[in-house]
Amino acid sequence: MRSISFLTRPGFFLVLACLSWGGAQAGILDYRRPPILPPPAGNESTPARVALGKVLFFDPRLSGSKWISCATCHNPALGWADGLPTGIGHGMQNLARSTPTVLNTAYNKFQFWDGRARSLEEQALGPILNAGEMHRDIDGLLRDLSAIDGYRTMFAAAYREDGISEAAIGKALAAYERTLITTEAPFDAWVEGNESAITDSAKRGFVLFEGKAKCNLCHQGFNFQDDGFHNLGLKERGKPDPGRYAQRALPAARGAFKTPTLRELSLTAPYMHNGAYATLQQVIDHYNRGGDVRTNLSPNMHPLNLSTTEKSDLIEFLGALNSTNPLTETIPILPQ
Amino acid sequence: MQSQRIALVIACLIPALQVRAEEYVVDQINKSFVMTGKPITALKLKKGDTVSFKNGDPFFHNIFSLSELQTFDLGSYPAGEARAVKFEAAGTVDVECAIHPDMHMTVEVE
Repeated sequence: MRSISFLTRPGFFLVLACLSWGGAQAGILDYRRPPILPPPAGNESTPARVALGKVLFFDPRLSGSKWISCATCHNPALGWADGLPTGIGHGMQNLARSTPTVLNTAYNKFQFWDGRARSLEEQALGPILNAGEMHRDIDGLLRDLSAIDGYRTMFAAAYREDGISEAAIGKALAAYERTLITTEAPFDAWVEGNESAITDSAKRGFVLFEGKAKCNLCHQGFNFQDDGFHNLGLKERGKPDPGRYAQRALPAARGAFKTPTLRELSLTAPYMHNGAYATLQQVIDHYNRGGDVRTNLSPNMHPLNLSTTEKSDLIEFLGALNSTNPLTETIPILPQ
Repeated sequence: MQSQRIALVIACLIPALQVRAEEYVVDQINKSFVMTGKPITALKLKKGDTVSFKNGDPFFHNIFSLSELQTFDLGSYPAGEARAVKFEAAGTVDVECAIHPDMHMTVEVE
């Protein structure tokens, strides 16, 4: 018990971090909050850009039906996701993949489950123009926005050179999404040296996370993700989904999906790219089995032989990644 | 007899005068390509040279190229393991990791 207590002290990991070359061995400093990735040139954050992005995010007129906004699926009341196994798109059609949270996407080097967009600017336009999702034609959207006085004023203030354009819509949404960052969690306080911020069970869970359970092979750093793509051996819930393979036709990419953040998990069930699991217990059981489908399975996946107590400790640790006071948002009055 | 000796000496020297193919080692550390301790994004080498990609991270990497000039897929390999590629044609080859696609470098073959 003493040794576990020693291992879980932040001071111990501070020493490790100093000793380890280049941080290849995860130290506690690796979990500190870093700055978000810098926005691309020409889209530096300004209050006018964030304000424009916010109203666009909540505006259902961005969809072909005028009924679906970004916030319909990325609902701030549901962890900026939708609480469903997979998303629902235009005409109430079921989509193939789970709606990921928007929280902390500002840290991601790749967007979408298959990483097909490198920037939030590029990503933001994808669902709007996708026929199955928001089903909007860009010409119609630009025409409609141009007819709204409030939008003419806001676009002029935010993007004078771009005007009301496809590029400016993507930039504004990205500028807003870069402000949607998780707030401090008990784990963060523990990282900073508050020993009583998390329970002993959570501390044991963290040791398992970095050790026997090998979670940190993919879930790394402050945002607990690796900008990587892995096949976790999930059973298909519909037709086979190629995942990352659609971007890079390689065996390792077939059925591989982007590692998601582990922050705010209590708000973002169901889990996995296809929403296969309703609870974290089911997720842990999946990893404990080493996955279910062996084809193109990530070599990181092996049976873990975790005990019932160890699984509980891992879940307790994951709970310590939930923000103490989660980010809240006020719904804006839309421009008229 | 004298001319035969000279011919023999020249014949012995020819292999020594030929340029030997080099073998470079590129490490993967902290999800970056690293050479002699420094991150690299481009490596220049000569036709016939070999690059050994060595995994210095505690997790798997999968180095590949889908460049028109040369395609290869080294597969997934664990910490400490290295897999080598010989670059046979002149031009530029993009090299990435299939698992961590932010890892990218070019090999310029002269």
